[in-house]
Amino acid sequence: MVMLGQFIKRELRLLARQKADWLNPLLFFVIVLCLFPLGVGPSPNLLRIMAPGIVWIAALLSVLLAAERLFKDDYRNGVIEQLVAARQPLLSFVLAKLFTNWLSTGLPLVLLSPVVALLLNIDAAGFVALLFTLLLGTPLLSLLGVMGAALTVSADKGGILLALLILPLYIPLLIFASAAMEAATTGMSYHGQLAIMLAMLLFALALIPLAVIGALKLNVS
Amino acid sequence: MIKPQTFAVSAGQIILQGTALSCIRQDRVLFEQLDVSVRSGELLQIAGKNGAGKSSLLRILAGLAQADDGSLYYLQQPIAKVYADYAANLCYIGHHSGIHEQLTALENISFWRAASGIAPADDFALLATLGLAGLEDVPCRMLSAGQQRRVSLARLWFTNCQLWILDEPFTALDQVAIVMLQQHFFAHLQQGGAIILTTHQSLSVAFVHQSKLELAYRW
Repeated sequence: MVMLGQFIKRELRLLARQKADWLNPLLFFVIVLCLFPLGVGPSPNLLRIMAPGIVWIAALLSVLLAAERLFKDDYRNGVIEQLVAARQPLLSFVLAKLFTNWLSTGLPLVLLSPVVALLLNIDAAGFVALLFTLLLGTPLLSLLGVMGAALTVSADKGGILLALLILPLYIPLLIFASAAMEAATTGMSYHGQLAIMLAMLLFALALIPLAVIGALKLNVS
Repeated sequence: MIKPQTFAVSAGQIILQGTALSCIRQDRVLFEQLDVSVRSGELLQIAGKNGAGKSSLLRILAGLAQADDGSLYYLQQPIAKVYADYAANLCYIGHHSGIHEQLTALENISFWRAASGIAPADDFALLATLGLAGLEDVPCRMLSAGQQRRVSLARLWFTNCQLWILDEPFTALDQVAIVMLQQHFFAHLQQGGAIILTTHQSLSVAFVHQSKLELAYRW
């Protein structure tokens, strides 16, 4: 636990010093959202219908953008290699990366959701659904993104490979999150969709850290 | 600086042993049927030309890469069985420094302290020993190559691992630091530790148990 705390502190320090790593994906998210009304027309009804899809596609692209560089520095300077040799601290290292990745990319999306709701003409019921789906969905986005980052850490052009690997895995999340928001705007209950999202999150939370460790080991051997 | 400590393994006992190791990279046999072992209190120097397979051998010994043939034993046990124990008792510092350029010397050291499961302590004295006094709060990217190497090697001053595997530890160090590092090796060996390292330099300190493995460059 002490180790995990120290590792999280290190990651937070690095985030404070490399602001572009998490600010750029966030600005990307906002800009994509602003572009949609310009592209498809500013009709409030049209935007309300398209809002769930727009928000979620923008969110998963921005999370991917942030995930790409996650392990790059530590891979290049040998930190990961030496942690793999020591074996034991690897789990704490991965958990610290996961947590701070969500904190720097997922949480800001949740905090931005009121702005998003204003931009896309989402009503009160839809906003509550958006908030809940983002709260449950962004950790899952981070988990999958981090797994992709670990798999592609040694690839030179890892960015596009990461997108090709991970975007298909986002499909179930996209379906249930959009479905929940659509149900909310038509006044129906969306507990089922939230429950499935929670189940996906818990499943990923249990298994993905192990997959990330495996991927990192593979990349240094 | 060194805390008196005793290791579980008594002096003279074989800590790590590799038998009939072979390594093939890009269709080139780097070495085959290679026997290597290191005892408690012994320093094993691996020498050879560039590309002879020194780093590959170290990575195999550190459990980072798989040998194409042969087996590894830690305290007479097959390594796969006791890997957790082995990894906990191994301090591997590779060709890369293992320090993050955006973090200061102090922050890098406290990261490795945490990773080694050692309680945080006052690292100012340690940095002074390493000749880095006054540079504690400078991001490591501002330090020279030799100073970065010193930060990277600082782990050897607080680790409680018995076996050290070091890839070119003297790279970029000045003469004073090289002697200091060798004296530190000497103290570690005196306590029953063991060291495997690669270097092109000849060691200036006379170690009690020192052996040398020469890897030939093979076509």
